[in-house]
Amino acid sequence: MAEAQSTAKRSRFDFGYFGYQLKRSPLTMVGLIMVVLVLIVVIFAPVFATHDPNAIDLRARLAPPSMAHFFGTDEVGRDIYSRILFGGRQSIAVGFFVVFLAGLTGTVLGALSGLIGGRTDTVIMRLMDVVLSVPSLALILALAAALGPSLVNAALAIAIVRIPFYVRLVRGQALIVREMAYVKAAHTFRAGRLHILRWHILPNTLSPVIVQGTLDLGSTILLASALSFIGLGAQQPTAEWGAMVATGRNYILDQWWYSGFPGFAILFTATGFNLFGDGVRDMLDPRQKAR
Amino acid sequence: MRKTVLDIDNLSLEFPVYKGTVSAVNRVSLHVQEGEIVGIVGESGSAKSVTAMTAMRLLPSESFRIRSGRITLLGQDMLALSEQKLASMRGRDVAMIFQEPLTALNPTKKVGAQMLGVIRLHTKLSEREARLHAIKLLTDMRINDAEEILERYPFELSGGMRQRILIGLAFACSPKLLIADEPTTALDVTVQKQVLQLLRQKARELNTAILFISHDLAVVSQFCDRLYVMYAGSVVETGPTREVLGAPKHPYTQALIRALPESAAPGQPLRSIRGVVPNLTDMPTGCAFRERCDSAFEACSAIPPLFSLDEDNRASACWLCEKEHAA
Amino acid sequence: MQYLNVIRKRLLFLALVVVGVSMITFAISHLIPGDPAMLVAGDRATPEIVERVREDMGLNKPLPEQYWIYLKGILSGDLGTSLRTRRPVAEDLKLYFPATMELALVALMLATAVGVPLGVASAVWRDKPIDHLVRALAVTGISTPAFWLGLLLIVLFYGDLGILPGGGRINPDIPRPPTITGFLLIDSLLAGDMTAFTSALRHIILPALTLGFVHLGVVARQIRSAMLEELQQDYVRTARANGLSRRSVIFREALPNALIPSVTVMGLALGDLLYGAVLTETVFAWPGMGAYVVNSIQALDFPAVMGFTVVVSFAYVLVNLAVDLLYMVIDPRIRSVN
Repeated sequence: MAEAQSTAKRSRFDFGYFGYQLKRSPLTMVGLIMVVLVLIVVIFAPVFATHDPNAIDLRARLAPPSMAHFFGTDEVGRDIYSRILFGGRQSIAVGFFVVFLAGLTGTVLGALSGLIGGRTDTVIMRLMDVVLSVPSLALILALAAALGPSLVNAALAIAIVRIPFYVRLVRGQALIVREMAYVKAAHTFRAGRLHILRWHILPNTLSPVIVQGTLDLGSTILLASALSFIGLGAQQPTAEWGAMVATGRNYILDQWWYSGFPGFAILFTATGFNLFGDGVRDMLDPRQKAR
Repeated sequence: MRKTVLDIDNLSLEFPVYKGTVSAVNRVSLHVQEGEIVGIVGESGSAKSVTAMTAMRLLPSESFRIRSGRITLLGQDMLALSEQKLASMRGRDVAMIFQEPLTALNPTKKVGAQMLGVIRLHTKLSEREARLHAIKLLTDMRINDAEEILERYPFELSGGMRQRILIGLAFACSPKLLIADEPTTALDVTVQKQVLQLLRQKARELNTAILFISHDLAVVSQFCDRLYVMYAGSVVETGPTREVLGAPKHPYTQALIRALPESAAPGQPLRSIRGVVPNLTDMPTGCAFRERCDSAFEACSAIPPLFSLDEDNRASACWLCEKEHAA
Repeated sequence: MQYLNVIRKRLLFLALVVVGVSMITFAISHLIPGDPAMLVAGDRATPEIVERVREDMGLNKPLPEQYWIYLKGILSGDLGTSLRTRRPVAEDLKLYFPATMELALVALMLATAVGVPLGVASAVWRDKPIDHLVRALAVTGISTPAFWLGLLLIVLFYGDLGILPGGGRINPDIPRPPTITGFLLIDSLLAGDMTAFTSALRHIILPALTLGFVHLGVVARQIRSAMLEELQQDYVRTARANGLSRRSVIFREALPNALIPSVTVMGLALGDLLYGAVLTETVFAWPGMGAYVVNSIQALDFPAVMGFTVVVSFAYVLVNLAVDLLYMVIDPRIRSVN
């Protein structure tokens, strides 16, 4: 009876188990919608933009929000709405770049560490311990300052600090997988390490790495914008959210919209990615799911 | 005539899962009378613990829904009581002990603090009197250095010791009913015997009825006056222990007894029941035991009711029994 | 016994951190494009002067020796001289440290006072509207750019309403109370100076709210997950079966146990608090280490930035040592092993 009822109620759009989990967790759904929205807006920025993001219009400086300029203009008359759309490309690109770089490097190092073991393992893990022992912000500041102010360098600094998390994750998985019967069997058939890495370890580590990466996206975007805010990230005249908040700060008491809207864009994007990341973790982490 | 302490009438429970709900308990009726020791036996997954916990309303309401039935405990309608009233009954009128003594005590509080907390919650005893009462309870459980034990943390004590503490605590307010959910399963065989003995002794002394849940027929046969055999959320057979185990009517009970090591003839292999307990989300239509039953026939595609058999409280949920009657 | 072991282990780790951090900062200092001697000597210095400065700074010596000198310096509390303030970095940091601590502690208190009840409510009413609300709030907290929130608060409370100061630590016109703890709130109370206390309090509200809100998310999430873990433990079931009320079960049984692991996580989360402090201090011109390091970065004052990194790393290890010891005091299971 109950079976029949639920079948009847099933919607036409059946995403299977994933859809069921999403329905049970409205916040994940909200996060997903926010992320998709941001991605669409940013990818199609030229379509949605009303102005050239870098077009200077000295007649319309620091104009309040209006129909002509949805979010007002900045100190040289550039349209803040259009700059936010294009600026999102920077922030999101940084997010994915950092996660990709840290995830890839971390996976390779972690897999090597777990697979080879011995001295290689010791050296890699001690190195990671040292990096982890420094509070990440202090290290990021030091690295970013040393590399010189630019968005790419800020991203590099963040990526370097994030690597150890992926190394630990993948190494742990590699150690587990190495002990599994089928990998031991592969060993006895004289399968090379590369074969084991490619066919046994990488597929098994993919899902935790993706979860970690999804979780990292939000905080990375936030961190990169913070670095831009203190002058270590994107430089003028690039449209970037953190940098826009920083310049807007000079006019904050009279033109609140200048800092206000770019900052909200950061909040919106980071919240979306964080909500979605949490949801993905809950779905894939059996311990969490059991609760 | 003896008073009925617990009366579960036609209880059905369901819980939500991916795509719909499943029934966990199907029209279970059982009762326990004053001072009686009643057993519920069944394999894991037969919902015997769920049934017992529902009697105390201990199941989280969001995961289990009561579809139908009544539960009467000491004349109170347990399904209608407020959470506050329920709390005041628990530990005082009805107590419960669980399978896993190692984790059943708060790890960061001393044994004494935990016992005194419960005792003073339900009685008007002073700190000192409550302490003396706790020591008496522990001493009755054959714990010699009771006073010292009160100052210990649970992780400093053995599993058998912790279970005896929990049993002692369960008897703190002379409850009318004690629900014991596999209380000896996690213990060594030697400790098991002692704990059961203490349990029975104390229950007789205080005239406390026990609802004893177990998967172990050997334990149940020595301990219980009366039995309910459960399978996949339904009661399949009930009656006095002697009769249920001596002359089982339901094929499932018969199979359970055949699977006992003691019943195998020397040199013969043990006979396990073929197949597995069906998944709750994928139950066969009709009798739940049908697919594992050697004597299944056409009638089994309909759910059998609990057929009352001749003598007192004897009943079996099998179409074979109807046939027998008709014949 | 156990205490000593933990301390020994942590101190050993501290030694590792000293070596690790000093190597990292040393390496970074040598990666910096440009010649430090030129930076110190100034643009108009003759090549001879630059050479002499280089000699003075030991930059001609082989790298291992330079590192050794650097390490010895750190161990004796010498973090070099700031290029910007021309004062020893260690002195500068000592000066700014109390302000940062004061801000971080007030923010932590705010975050805990609000975050713990929210986390408990979220766990107790799991998957109910309040749970979704708290989780949404917590995620918003950790997703909020502290620098932006600070600016909005300044606009509202300083710009529009004019009821709170927009920056600084105390009204510069009133005499500062004598320094005892370095915490203005406490020092002014000790001196019985209510004017100074009120001013300090009014100045700390907005930065503490900013930093506290960001940290609130961390606290609420941690408490929620620790409470969920505890609430499904067997002892909670026993407590309920013994007739303890819902309230007692939550607050007397589960919550104390949930706080134990949370202490550790909070220790680790201090790194996050520091991150927020750097940004918050910048926005509110709060004279702490965070504002100091941002100013140093903008002035390319590398000795100051590296000194900050070293000090913060040590502080991090020491805080975690304190947390470990606290953990042993509050958790009898660990306390009595051995």
